Formats: sequence, structure tokens, C-alpha cells
Amino acid sequence: MGSRASTLLREEEIEEIKKETGFSHSQITRLYSRFTSLDKGENGTLREDQVNFRGFMRTLAHFRPVEDNEKNKNPPTTEPLNSRTNKLLFAFRLYDLDRDDKISRDELLQVLRMMVGVNISDEQLGSIADRTIQEADQNGDNCISFQEFMKVLEKVDVEQKMSIRFLH
Amino acid sequence: MPSRTGARSSRSRPELGLLLLGMFVLLGGSLVPLGAASSADAAGGSTGKDAECNKTKTEHNITKKAFPVLSLEYGHVKVPFEISLWVLLASLMKLGFHLIPRLSGIVPESCLLISVGLLVGLLIKLAGEDVPPVLDSKLFFLCLLPPIILDAGYFLPIRPFMENLGTILMFAVVGTLWNAFFVGGLLFAACQIPQAGLSDVGILPCLLFGSIISAVDPVAVLAVFEEIHINELLHILVFGESLLNDAVTVVLYHLFEEFSLVGSVTVLDGFLGVISFLVVALGGVLVGAIYGFLASFTSRFTSHTRVIEPLFVFVYSYMAYLSAEVFHLSGIMALIACGAVMRPYVEANISHKSHTTIKYFLKMWSSVSETLIFIFLGVATVDGKHKWNWTFVTSTVILCLVARVIGVVSLTFVINKFRIVKLTTKDQFIIAYGGLRGAIAFSLGYLLDCRHFPRDMFLTAIITVIFFTVFVQGMTIKPLVDLLAVKKKQEAKRSINEEIHTQFLDHLLTGIEDICGHYGHHHWKDKLNRFNKKYVKKFLIVGERSKEPQLIAFYHKMEMKHAIQMVESGSRLPSAMPSTVSMQNIQPKIPPALPKPAERALPQLRKGREEEIRKILRSNLQRTRQRLHSYNRHTLVADPFEDGLNEFLLKKQKMIELDKKIKEMTTYLTVPAAAADSPTMSRARLASGRHTDFIPAHQQKGKPSDPQSYHVRPTADGVPSIQVDLASPDSPDSVKLLDEFRQAEKQEQDEDQGLMMRPPSSGPNKPGGKDEAKEQQKLMRCLSDPGPGADEDEDEDEPFLP
Repeated sequence: MGSRASTLLREEEIEEIKKETGFSHSQITRLYSRFTSLDKGENGTLREDQVNFRGFMRTLAHFRPVEDNEKNKNPPTTEPLNSRTNKLLFAFRLYDLDRDDKISRDELLQVLRMMVGVNISDEQLGSIADRTIQEADQNGDNCISFQEFMKVLEKVDVEQKMSIRFLH
Repeated sequence: MPSRTGARSSRSRPELGLLLLGMFVLLGGSLVPLGAASSADAAGGSTGKDAECNKTKTEHNITKKAFPVLSLEYGHVKVPFEISLWVLLASLMKLGFHLIPRLSGIVPESCLLISVGLLVGLLIKLAGEDVPPVLDSKLFFLCLLPPIILDAGYFLPIRPFMENLGTILMFAVVGTLWNAFFVGGLLFAACQIPQAGLSDVGILPCLLFGSIISAVDPVAVLAVFEEIHINELLHILVFGESLLNDAVTVVLYHLFEEFSLVGSVTVLDGFLGVISFLVVALGGVLVGAIYGFLASFTSRFTSHTRVIEPLFVFVYSYMAYLSAEVFHLSGIMALIACGAVMRPYVEANISHKSHTTIKYFLKMWSSVSETLIFIFLGVATVDGKHKWNWTFVTSTVILCLVARVIGVVSLTFVINKFRIVKLTTKDQFIIAYGGLRGAIAFSLGYLLDCRHFPRDMFLTAIITVIFFTVFVQGMTIKPLVDLLAVKKKQEAKRSINEEIHTQFLDHLLTGIEDICGHYGHHHWKDKLNRFNKKYVKKFLIVGERSKEPQLIAFYHKMEMKHAIQMVESGSRLPSAMPSTVSMQNIQPKIPPALPKPAERALPQLRKGREEEIRKILRSNLQRTRQRLHSYNRHTLVADPFEDGLNEFLLKKQKMIELDKKIKEMTTYLTVPAAAADSPTMSRARLASGRHTDFIPAHQQKGKPSDPQSYHVRPTADGVPSIQVDLASPDSPDSVKLLDEFRQAEKQEQDEDQGLMMRPPSSGPNKPGGKDEAKEQQKLMRCLSDPGPGADEDEDEDEPFLP
């Protein structure tokens, strides 16, 4: 399995992914083998979403732990994918289904409904959603923008919560 | 317990405190000889009574003397009297310290208490009496230690604890082992120095001593760390370590004690020791968990006898501790496991008042215990027969420090490879510096057999180390924390946003872990949660609440707290309350395009009614404190109103702006004019005749004099109205809307006090009746707890909230 995986993944590609996402070589090969095992149809993409391996890695890169020593090296020109802002942006985009850079009440309701299950009534969820928006909303547009989202979560240790250990 | 009056008091109270202290000490000191004298009589008297009954009635020529109008007999109350005196002394000391303005900021309480103990011991000694053996090991381990540990375990913040469990275990197990062997071994080497005169101390007693002295003490850590308000991670690391190293200490202690008598240790014994460690630790946790489940299960049935709910919590926990001690398992771990396991289920089952009772009792007991422990440490220091050996003592102190530093640094190096958020040097320093020793070490040393071990020398060294760590490290840790700019604890409360997003991220991370095929932390947590939800909760939690998602429970708590804040601050903007107060939206008929959700949730009442309702609430509600972060004894007493009020004022301002915007909405809302009518009028109305305005809702039940039921007459103009009825004790949840309320109505067979505010379920009120005014369904649970007597409720409640 391992050898088959590495032949399908060219070295230049690995280098590119490494630069883009910050994963190490072994991590990339390991994740590639995982990707291929998930990719049942063997057409290089995952299911309906048509995520290719690059997209897969890009998404996963958000969950790399934040490293302190990145300050020592010359600072990267673009912000690394696993910085706090980018992690929060990823989470924000999951809420924001219509990609208008705002979490509206309905989008929030959908997420709440999924989290909470079927026992709770709509009105109750509605009031929770209302309160959530009211707490976070600062400019009064009744939606949560990304800035407001970041502000609300400033006390939460996102670096730890949104990271998983990719074993070498 | 910081006293609120301390800061504001202009008079200085140190003289008063010292005077009281002196009085009590002298009183205690003078009563001891009295006790000694009359106890002899008492002892003689009791056996004499039996003998007398057996005698024949031949000797009845007792001379008649005058009937004693006032007599003194101290013997038979001696022990309880002295115990109470000690407890009183401890509490007064605590009180006194916080009245002295700046002292509590500089010196940690533990230091002050030890000093007081020293003083008391000196005074008793000067009075010529024997110092009572106060830090008797039995007393310590059976009475003084359990409340502190239970308090810690019940309020243990599970989430950070579990997230850092690996690190904590490493520090607790490996760190303590390293400390014990390092200190023990090098002490033995030090003992071999010819000038020390200690060459008769063998290797095994040294190792035993090392194992006693190496354990970080939870009592001392709690006492010091709670005052410095350090960030949660460091707090849980050091504190968790101090709790979990008990297993290691128990095993090592018994191992070395057994083998010192024999004189040698084989490899087999070492191997058995390892197995024993696993048994002790896991067995303790298992025993605790079993009792925890028993307690949860019992609490499921307590809906009719709310008054004794706290008792179950305490007794089951204590039984867990004692049962573990029977088998020489780790009692501390049993207690922690019991508290942590039972807490989520018990809290879902018991009434709000019981919860408050449990919290306050635990805090009170643990506070008194801790105070007593430190005072007794001081007293025992004065009393003990000390054998000071310069080499031994100084080398102990130095070795302890060195061992701790080396241990922490090397362990962190290993641990950081596995952690996501690495421990910085600052963190390491605080962890090493926070390794305080305390009374457990002393008591363990006290238990030693003085024939086989140089007990006095050991005790002296232990006391020196304790004093050093508590005084030097305890006093300097606060300025060091400030100097190093270590992150402090974040005081702010958790918002609903944080809760939602944190849960969301949990789900997200579980999914990602699944994708990566990585069976990590979140995966197992998710599995445990599912198992919990599917099987355990149904079994252990009564009624509807077993299905309540955590988010909803959190929301309930928040809403209730907010409502109570609103009431207590005397809202002047009844129209502009945020959408907190109702769990359901009031007007489902309102077109969904309504942009301001806050107003939608508002009940609109006549001002008079509203004032009256506010008075009802004020007289019957209890304050809820933040339930989430209450494991710190010091935050318990902090007034929540300060922060709550500011927050509320900010919201008020927001609402004023919003209020302007809703003027156009006249379809259903009648925005009342500005200020409410004079509160005195409505108060008078309320106080004079509670029946004048309100119709008791249960006249047909034959309780017309029940002051607790109010009934607001529905008004004809569609203004929503409230009907307040007696609460039913077991309708804690009302997730569904009116259906639940109709059900709740059916459940009102029990007579008890409390308020339940729910909309009238009758038809004509229905359109306006869905509002809950300012009340939450959770209040039903809150208020459903009957007082000690049904009719005494009037005396019980004060007219205004305290």
C-alpha cells in the first residue's frame, strides 16, 4: 500500500504541498495513503464533493497545530494555513453556507438544529439563535460577520481546540 | 472567605481579632485542667452507677445537702466543647485576616494560619498544659481531609482535566517516583557522612522518608493557588498532580514500610509493587465510580424528598472514601472519582436549592477543614518532640527543591513531544515552584512506628520542608507570577456563543479525526458521549431532562441567571429586555421578517402587574451563581452583581437604541411609557393583602391562605398575562411549549411552595398567553423545592433578596 501510494504522488507535488500546507514529507505520504483508502472509486477524488488530494491536504492543513518557532524562520509571505485566523475562517465558512461572509439567523438555526437533535422545538432554537446573534452582533445587522465571530471566540483557545496531532 | 465589609470598613479590626484570639486561647487553656479534673469524676460516676444498681438497698443513708441551683460539670461535654472551640477559633481567625486591610494580599492565608497555630500552641504550652495531639492521623485522614478532597472532586473542571490527563499522570506518577527515589537515595548518601551521626539510618527508611516527602500536597496547593488566580491550565496541572499522586504515595509508603522491617527488597517485591500501584489507583477509581453511580441513581428518586438530597451526595462520597480505605486503595482517588462521576447526573436530578446547599456545605466544610489543618500544623510543631539534625534537615530541603526542578524540566521535555500546546519555560517554572508539601506528609510521618524509624528526626525534617514550601514559596509565588507575567485566569463568564462554537468545533474535530483515521482524543470523547446519551442518562436522570442536550441546559442556566439579574437590578425598560426571558417566542404569528428578535420575545404587561411580578420574584427567588466555574472557593463569595450589573447596563443602553426602533411596531406590542409607577404603591398592595389583587389559584384545593399563589387576571385587550401557580416538584423541563405546560398543570398535585409561572392554558388567553413574562421554565425547578415546612415559607423568605 505504501509503495503504491508514493508512486502515484510525485516528488514535485509533495514539495508543493509541503510549502503550501506545512506538513512534513512523511505526514504527506501517510495522508495520501489515507486519501486513497477513502477514495473507493479510485478516480482521484472523494465522493460527491470532488475533492482532490490537494484540496484534501489544504483542508487538513488548517488543523495542524500552531507552531511557536515559526517566528524564528523568515516569516512566510502569506499567512500559513494553520494560523489562528485561518482556522477561525475555516470554521466560519462552515457556518456560512451561502458564502456571503455573514452568518445569518437561518444558517445559525441550521447548525443548531444539527447539533441539538430533534427534540427541541423551533421556537426554542430560535430564541437561542437570537440570543447568540444578539450577543455577538456589534454593528446591528443581525448577522455575525467574521470580525464579530473572531471577537466572540477570542477567549477560546482555538489553537488547541482546532488542532489534531498528525503523527510523523 | 473574603469579607465584603473588609474593604469598606474604616475601623481597623486587628485589635479585635487579636483580642478574640487571646480570649479563646485562654478559655481553652483554662478549661483543660478543669476537664482533666472532672473527667475523673465522670468516669468514676458512670461505673459507679451500675455498681450502685446492683447493690442491695442497704446503704441509703446519704446525707441531705442543699439542692444545687448552679453546678459545674465539664467532663461530659469536654470533647465536643473543645472541638467546637477549635472550629470557632479557626473561623474567627479566617474572619479576622480578611478584616485586616492589606495583609491578605501579601501573605497567603495558609501562612497566617500556621502562625496562629504556632501562637496557640505556645500559649497552651505556657499555660502549662499538655497540647492535645491535634493532628492525630486518624482525625486527619478520616475527618479533616475528606471534605477538602470532595470539594475538589465535585467541582473538578472535567474538560481541562481530561484534556491534560496524560500530562497530569506523567507528573503525578513518574514525577513522584523520581522525587522519592532521588531524595531517598541521596539522603542515604548524606547520612553516610561520618560527621552527621546518622549512619544508623538504613536505605529503606531513607526511601520511605523520600516517598513521604515527595508528594505534592493538594491542601497546600489549593490554598495557595486559589489566591493567585493563575490560568486554568497550570492550575489543573499542579492540582491534578497533587490529587493523583496519592496512589503512588500510598503504594510507596506501604511498600517501604513493610520492607524496612524485613530489611531488603527483591525484584519480585518491586514487581508486586507495580501491580499494587495499578490495583490501588484503578481500584480506587472504580470504587469511587460505583458509589458515584449509586448516588446518581438514588437522586433519581428524590423528587418527593428534596430536603435530604444533599445528604446523599455527602454520605455516598464519604462511604466511597471509607470503602477505599478499607482495602488500602487510594481514598483520595475514590473520592475524586465519586464526585466527578455523580455530578452531571445528580445536578440534573436535584432541585436548585439542593444544589446550592451542596455547594455551600462543601465550601464551608472544606474551608473549615483547611483552616483547622493549618492551625493544627502550627500547634503540632510547637508540641512535637523535635530532633534537629542539621545535615538531615538541610539536605532534605535542598534535595526536595533540586529533585522537583529536575523532575519537572525533564518530564516536560518528554511531554512536550506529545502535546499540542507546549508547556513553556514559564509554565515549567510555575509547576516546579508550585510543588508544595503539606499536612499529608506530616500525618504520614506521624503514623510511623517510632521504634523502627527515627520518627522525631523525620518529623522535624518534614515540618521544616512544609514550612519552607508554604512560607517561602507560598508567599513569593504571587509576586513571581506577576513578575513573569504568567497568564491569569480569565474571569469572564462563558457566553452562549462560546458554548455553541466550542461544541461545534468538537463535532468538527471528531469528523476530521475520523477522516484522517486518527483515533484521537475527540474520537473517544465522542464515543463516550454517545454511550452516555444513549444508555446512561436514561438510567440515571429522571424524566425529561435525560434527553436534554447540553446546549439547552446551558441556555436555561444562562437565561435564568439573566432574568434574576434583571429583576434584581430593577429594570426600567420592560419593553427592551433582550430575548432572554422566554424560552419560546411569544408570537408565532408575527411575520418572520421582523428584524428585531429581541422585541419579539418581550411580554408586554401593564406596569403595575409587572411591578408586582417583580416583587414576587424578588421575594422568592434565590440568586444563582455561575455554576460552571465554581471550583474556586474564592470566587464563591465574589458578588456577581458587580459584573452582572455592568453587563446589564451595557445591554440596557443597547436596548434603549433598539427601543427607539420598535416604536413602529404596534401590531402587538404596547410599549409602555417611561418609568414604572411608584414601587411603594405596588409594594403596599402586595404586602397588605396578598389576596386583594390576586386570586389564589387553588382555592378549590382548600388552601385559600396560601400566600404563594397569585393569579393575574387576564386582560381583555390582548395584553399577555401571566398566571402563577404552585410549582410542581417534578416538572423540571419544559422543552415543549404549551403542551408541557398543560402537562405541568396536571402534575400539580403536590403541595409545596414555590412559584411556577406559566401561561394560562385556557383558550381565550392563548394568543397572548405564550409569554412567560420574566420567568423561565427552569424556575419551576428552582422554586419547586419545598422549604422545611409548608407553612413556614413566609418566615423563610425575606422580603427582599439578601
